[in-house]
Amino acid sequence: MSILKTQNLTIGYSKKGKTVVVQSDLNLELRAGELVCLIGPNGSGKSTLLRTLAGLQKPLMGNVSIDGQNIARISIQDKALLISIVLTDRVDIENATVHDIVSFGRHPHSNWWGKISEEEETLILEAIEMVHLEKKTNQLLNELSDGELQRVMIAKALAQDTPIIMLDEPTAHLDLPNRVEIMLLLHKLAHKTGKAILISTHELDLALQAADKIWLMSTTKGIQSGVPEDLVFNGSFNEAFQSKSYFFNEANGNFSMNYPMTRKVWVTGDKTRMYWTLRALARAGYMVVRDAEIQISVTDDSWIIQNQTYETIAQLLDFLNNNE
Amino acid sequence: MKSRSFILFLSLSLLMLGLFFVDLAWGSIHLSLREILSVFLEKESNGINSEILLNFRLPKAITAVLAGASLSVAGLMMQTLFRNPLADPYILGVSSGASFGVALVMMAASIFPVVFISSGWALIAAAIVGASVVLLLVVGVSFKVNNSISLLIVGLMFGTIAGSLVSVLQNLSNPDAIKLFVMWTFGSLSAVNWTYMQVLLPVVLTGIGLAFFLQKRLDGFLLGENYARGLGISIQQTRFLIVIATGLLAGGITAFTGPIAFVGVAIPHIARGIFRTSSHKILLPAVIICGASLLLICDIITQIPTYTLPINTVSALFGAPIIIWIILKKK
Repeated sequence: MSILKTQNLTIGYSKKGKTVVVQSDLNLELRAGELVCLIGPNGSGKSTLLRTLAGLQKPLMGNVSIDGQNIARISIQDKALLISIVLTDRVDIENATVHDIVSFGRHPHSNWWGKISEEEETLILEAIEMVHLEKKTNQLLNELSDGELQRVMIAKALAQDTPIIMLDEPTAHLDLPNRVEIMLLLHKLAHKTGKAILISTHELDLALQAADKIWLMSTTKGIQSGVPEDLVFNGSFNEAFQSKSYFFNEANGNFSMNYPMTRKVWVTGDKTRMYWTLRALARAGYMVVRDAEIQISVTDDSWIIQNQTYETIAQLLDFLNNNE
Repeated sequence: MKSRSFILFLSLSLLMLGLFFVDLAWGSIHLSLREILSVFLEKESNGINSEILLNFRLPKAITAVLAGASLSVAGLMMQTLFRNPLADPYILGVSSGASFGVALVMMAASIFPVVFISSGWALIAAAIVGASVVLLLVVGVSFKVNNSISLLIVGLMFGTIAGSLVSVLQNLSNPDAIKLFVMWTFGSLSAVNWTYMQVLLPVVLTGIGLAFFLQKRLDGFLLGENYARGLGISIQQTRFLIVIATGLLAGGITAFTGPIAFVGVAIPHIARGIFRTSSHKILLPAVIICGASLLLICDIITQIPTYTLPINTVSALFGAPIIIWIILKKK
C-alpha cells in the first residue's frame, strides 16, 4: 500500500535570490512495511530530498502527498502524527534518561500539559524494548554509547507511532557491528510494524542487503528506484557512481579500486583461496591473462610458481617483486 | 522519583517561607516573630512596627520573591531556547536596554536645561520602554535569523550597543546624575511600594503564566529545533512567545529593582542539580522557589552591616561561587 507519493517533484533551495535545482521531475513512492534506502554520492541531494519529503523544506515544483493529502496543506501538528524523523543532530540533555527521550515521541499526541496515560506508557516501554534497550530504560543519556544513543532516537520515532519514519544517515559515526545492528533493526521494524521506513545512507553494501527498495540518486540522471538486485543487473550503480579510481563490483556488491595494472600473470587452482589471491595480485598491479609468462598454481595451503612453493601471500608477492 | 520531587518541593517551600519571615524580622530594627504576627493578626495599624513591616519590609520581601522567581524563570527559558548553559535574560540585552532608558531619563535631564520630572514613574517607564525596544529588535531579528546561536550573538550586540550609548551619556552628564544612575545599577528591592506593586505583580504573573503554558514546547526545544519541528512544535511562534515572556519577566523586574546579576544564570543550574530532571513541568516551579529563596537570602545579607549593601553586589558574590561549584562538581 502506497503511503507517500511525489508528483513531478523538483527539489532545491534558494540562495541569495538564485534558485538552485538539485533534482527535478521525481516520481517516487513509499509503501507500508518497506525499508527504503536512499543512496547517492555526496552532493546528489539526499538531505534535501529527505527534508522536502518530511515537509521541513518546500519543494520548488510538484508536490508530496501522504495518503493522497498534499503535505503543504497539512499543519505542522498533524504532520508530526504522520512522519517521525531521526536526524544527525546530537542530542545532549542534562539529567535526561532513555525513558525521558523516548517519551518525547508522545508529545504530538498529548495535551498541552503533556500527561502520559498508562496506555502510552506501555507504548513507550514497547518502543524501548524494540530497540533492545530495556535494561537501560532509566540510564542517563551521557552514559550511553553512540550506537545506543542512535537506538534511543529510533525508539523515540517508534513511540511517536507514525506510519512513516525517516532517518538521516542513521549509521554515521557508528562502528561496523553497530552499523549492521541498526540496519538489521530497521529492516525488522519495517516488516514487523508495517511502517514505511526511509533512510539516507552511505553504506552501500549494508543497504543492498537490508533494503527492500533502493532509491539511487545520481548527480546527473535523477533517481532510479528499484529492488537492489535489479539495480545491480541493469548497471545503475556503475552509472550513479562513475569514477576513474573505482568501479562497482557486481560480483560482491562492493566498490573495487581501479588499480593501474601493468604486469601479467595466470592463476589456476583452489576457488576460495583464488579470490583473495586475485585481490592481492590486483593490488600489486598484476592483470590476470590466460597463459601469461608467470603461472601461479593455488593449492590448499600454498602457492606454487615454477615448482617453487610459497606459504604466504607475502612471500609470493616478495618473489614477484624481486623477479622484475 | 515522584515522591522524591514532592519531598524536595515541600522542604524547599518551607525553607522559602522561613526565609520570608526572617527577611521580615531582620533589619536595623529587629522584630520578633510575635511582633510580626501581632501586626498581621491583630491589625494594629498605628505602631511604628506596623509602619516598618507593612509599608517597608513586606513589599520588599514580596519584591525579593517576585524578582528571584522572574529572573530564574527567564534564565531557564533562555538556557533552553539557546541550548546554552550560560544564557540568561541579560544576553538578550534586556538589562542593557532598561539601563539605557533609565540613563537617558536621569542624565538627559542634566544635559538639557529642560526640567524632567524625575519621579519614580518616569524611570520605570523609561526602563520598560528601553527593555522592550531591545526585545522588539531581537524578536524582529528572530524572524529573519533561523538559528539560535546567531540570535544569541545579535542579542549580545544589541546589549553592547545599548551599553555603549549609556557610556556616551555618562561621559556627557554631570557627576550628580552619574551617581544617581550608578546607584540604580546597584539594584534595590526597596524601590517597590504598594502602588508600583500593582503594576509589577500582574506583569510578573503574566510572564510566569506564559512560561507554564509553554512548558511542553520548552521540553521539545531541548532536543534541538529540528527535532522540535518534527514533534509538531511551531518554532517561530514558540520562540516569539519565549522572548515575550522573558521580556515581561526580566524587563519588568529590572525596571523596578535595577539590574540584578547572576540569579538568572545560576538558579536553573541549582534547580537541575537538586531535582535531577530536565522536565520544565518540575523545573519551572523549582526555579521559582529556589530563585525566591536565593534573593531572600541575598536581601537578608544586605541588612547585616549597618549600612545596607547593594543587592546586585550580594547576588553576584553569591551566584558566581555557586556556578564555579557546580562546574567543579560535574567534573
